Amino acid sequence: MLDYKGRPNRLGIAGWLGGGRWGAERYLYTLHRLTGLGLLAYFLLHIFVTAARQFGQEAWQQSMARVTGPVFTLGEYLVFVAFAFHAINGIRLVLIELGFSVGRPIEPVYPYRTSVDVQRPLAVVVMLVAAVLVVLGGLDFFVLK
Amino acid sequence: MRDQRWWTWHIAAGAIILVFLGLHMVIMHLDVIFRVFNPHPGHPIEWANVVERAKSGFFMVTYIVLLGAALFHGLYGLRTILFELNPGAGLKKTLSLLFVVGGLALFVFGAWAAWASFQFAITQPAAAAAL
Amino acid sequence: MAATTIPTEVIFRIRRFEPLGNAEPHWEEYRLPYTAGMTVLDGLRRIKETASPALAWRSSCRMGVCGSCGMFINGRPRLACNTQITELNTNLVLVAPLPNFNTVRDLVPDLMPMFDAHIALHPHLLRDDVAEQYQPTGEFFQSSHEVEQYLQFSYCIKCGCCMAACPTYATDPTYSGPMPLGQGHRYNADTRDGGFKTRKQQLAGERGPWRCHYAGECSRVCPKGVDPAKAIQLMKRELVLDYLHLLKHGCPAKAMGKPTGAKRRDGIPDAPARTIAGAPSL
Repeated sequence: MLDYKGRPNRLGIAGWLGGGRWGAERYLYTLHRLTGLGLLAYFLLHIFVTAARQFGQEAWQQSMARVTGPVFTLGEYLVFVAFAFHAINGIRLVLIELGFSVGRPIEPVYPYRTSVDVQRPLAVVVMLVAAVLVVLGGLDFFVLK
Repeated sequence: MRDQRWWTWHIAAGAIILVFLGLHMVIMHLDVIFRVFNPHPGHPIEWANVVERAKSGFFMVTYIVLLGAALFHGLYGLRTILFELNPGAGLKKTLSLLFVVGGLALFVFGAWAAWASFQFAITQPAAAAAL
Repeated sequence: MAATTIPTEVIFRIRRFEPLGNAEPHWEEYRLPYTAGMTVLDGLRRIKETASPALAWRSSCRMGVCGSCGMFINGRPRLACNTQITELNTNLVLVAPLPNFNTVRDLVPDLMPMFDAHIALHPHLLRDDVAEQYQPTGEFFQSSHEVEQYLQFSYCIKCGCCMAACPTYATDPTYSGPMPLGQGHRYNADTRDGGFKTRKQQLAGERGPWRCHYAGECSRVCPKGVDPAKAIQLMKRELVLDYLHLLKHGCPAKAMGKPTGAKRRDGIPDAPARTIAGAPSL
């Protein structure tokens, strides 16, 4: 057998990001990861910021004063957008990863209709619902008073 | 060897978060369009509204459930991402321990805050909370 | 189908790597006249014949059934023999070795890690009745509906294109990968197999499908339409149901006895005598 182990050739994190010739679902996967990390970071801080309510009105208002301002409002809107995407795409992932909407095993006849094609309408619906939520949130944050 | 179990709980937690965090988002950020659980006029984060929710046993319980589910879901997700970067075996054990300890610590802290807020709020006179 | 412009000349840029010579991989360019129906493999052979006799790659059947010639062609893992130059819609063909595997030399990947993961998931029928397997008394009964449950996944030619496309396998060499997991599901779904519990010992842990997050790239690049992504999601469903104790375990398909009392039609000669000593006579 060959002693020589070969030169490493893994794509690494670039493999998570894709390169433009990959399909839409790969980008949804990358975005799901990014929004998840963003939500987690916000959430850990959120626990501390909101814990102040146990100490009464003064403490609460001080805590809220620390997180007001246009930068924070924009940041919160981004968290809302991240939630909208992550949650609605999460519904799609739960369905797919439990084997629904991926299609049954079939006889492969070229051009192949894979599970990616079968779940594509679901992905489109998911993106539309997320977009509606993003718009509603945008209205609530910035337009309606 | 227990990934089969953790993953099942990960998606179950996701479903729980969808319901409760969805409700939280509607209360806090879709308050102009659908006003729910914000009995007092003004922003959802104003004290009057906050104390009304803090008084509610339903909110205390659901906040704690949401806290637990979100901590598990988020930290397990972060652990998955970090493990996919292929750390060494020793580092994997250390990270797992950190996540368990950190997660439990945060859960205790947050649950205590929810309980203490409930205790504090139920002693407040109704609707006399300064606006 | 819109007519693609037929190129007159094809420019191949190949990622060369000579382990005993220059230590670094580098691109080398070759120009060939286009011939009708030219595939990437045809181009490689022409280059080896005329320009660079040291060019190394794996190929065998040249018709997309052996799985030897998986390569990274114009940014996607494909089979070189199955890839027409005209389907790339450009006359610049970038050929690199399959990523996510160590490169032995030029376009040759070291696929052993994939096969090790494959073997760890027991890609063969596991049954208790050893006697029946070595001294068969009849065929295992399987309805066409039962065959459909795994047939698609049995078309896998183990080319490794799915592994090269998988984002998890790009960073995590301990992940089993779409091919081993797809083939694990092919056997779990086969009603002749009784090995779910044995495979579960591997699948419940780090070797399982838990690091798949459905990017779907494996199925998009598979040259045989095996759809490993679907196999993995179906496997996850089975494992979750198993954790919740809701999985119905059928016993493996029984051997069908031969029909008794059936009369031979006239004019059909008897079977010849058995040539294997000790086997039951038909």
